[in-house]
Amino acid sequence: MDFKNVRFTKDHEWVRADGGEEVSIGITDFAAGELGDIVYVELPKVGAEVKAAQSMGTIEAVKTVADLFAPVSGVVSAINPALEQHPDLVNQDPFGDGWFVRVKVKDKKEFDALMDRSAYQSMIGK
Amino acid sequence: MVPFAGFDMPVSYTGLIEEHTAVRERVGLFDVSHMGEFIVSGPDTWKYLDRVVTNDCSKLPPDGILYTVMCRDDGTAVDDLLVSRMADDRALVVVNASNIDKDFDHMKWVASKFPRERLELHNVSDEWALIAVQGPKTRDLLKVTPMLAPIRDQIDGVAYYRWRAFNADGHPMIASRTGYTGELGFELFVPPSRATELWNQLMEAGKQFGVAPAGLGARDTLRFEASLCLYGHELDDETTPLEAGLNWLVKLGKTDFIGRGALAKEKEKGLKKKLIGFELDGRNIARQGYAIMRGDAMVGKVTSGTYGPTLKKSLCLAYVDGDSAESPDLTVQIRAHNVPANRVQIPFYPSKART
Repeated sequence: MDFKNVRFTKDHEWVRADGGEEVSIGITDFAAGELGDIVYVELPKVGAEVKAAQSMGTIEAVKTVADLFAPVSGVVSAINPALEQHPDLVNQDPFGDGWFVRVKVKDKKEFDALMDRSAYQSMIGK
Repeated sequence: MVPFAGFDMPVSYTGLIEEHTAVRERVGLFDVSHMGEFIVSGPDTWKYLDRVVTNDCSKLPPDGILYTVMCRDDGTAVDDLLVSRMADDRALVVVNASNIDKDFDHMKWVASKFPRERLELHNVSDEWALIAVQGPKTRDLLKVTPMLAPIRDQIDGVAYYRWRAFNADGHPMIASRTGYTGELGFELFVPPSRATELWNQLMEAGKQFGVAPAGLGARDTLRFEASLCLYGHELDDETTPLEAGLNWLVKLGKTDFIGRGALAKEKEKGLKKKLIGFELDGRNIARQGYAIMRGDAMVGKVTSGTYGPTLKKSLCLAYVDGDSAESPDLTVQIRAHNVPANRVQIPFYPSKART
């Protein structure tokens, strides 16, 4: 993935500006590795309103469970239908086929305030 | 690596499901050197052990191993453990790593009531490393592992819950037909100085069988599918072996043992709680501590729960209050939702360990 348009959260999610008002959201390879084998993801419904820093779904791994937080406020415009049958895509390709949702962003400033890649990498000590 | 009972333990090497599947389908290696080992010796060895544990040691054949529980006077479990008959006056006792100190204190206390010259108890946990080889290809692998050459011809003849001792270049070793996965397997007791070499030999010789190193994570999902108790989950200081469904380990008819009175009474009056297996609708997972609900009332608690990598279902084990155990309309509270919990037979995965 080209990380130029990608921002990161302290909850190990990535947010990519797709042009227009939409962003794609997923979890980082670091997060996927820490969670281990993911067996189920519970996603919000298309059309649902989500609020920054609030839980919008859950990620069940064999060993543990984690919240999926909304990195920005907005309205869910798409969810990744492949994760229903193949949640392991998140482990295999966290920045690509393992994306979770797309959100139509309410306030672009929330996106701009997130970490860039180098800030995120230094946060996780890479 | 994570710290566990004073050891740095690998949770997973290549991925939990991959390691789990390797054990079910081929063969996996576990470094379980953290397990505790005690030696009991002296003429009163068996009289003493039959006082300590709930199962009947007197029926053990010369190379036999016994799975059992040891209880307090009130019937609660100090630990679950293995007792191997090494000689008429000697036994090897294998206990959970996190309980080594508690177990040793308890056993010392019981030993203090025996004549000193007739009984000795030693904690030899640091003198043994332990490698578990588990999976349908275990025998094939052991037969081609150089260090096991002295017992190569005996591997096929070792029955379930029997052991063989042997020497590898002058070092004593024990191959025990036991395990914690629900698969065919052996556990190899080796001196720590030889453990790395044995591990490397097993990895090298195992290539042709698709051997995989397996961590604590896979050990847990494998034992969970086979519905084997894990101390700290299904068994603890407040739980009796009868509640845990380990009736087959409690021999009320044998010589008196610690906890017998309480367990006999419990059996007569009925159980306060019962260990039950559930399959969940959907793929949310019930984790340890989640509430089992009957309507709005909490009637139980999950002890272990995960997605079964072989069974491909969301499963959990839970204690349910005696009078709700048979109720058909139980749910498990997962975050804000009550998810239907359908009672299923345990073990979830029928053991192939006797294969």
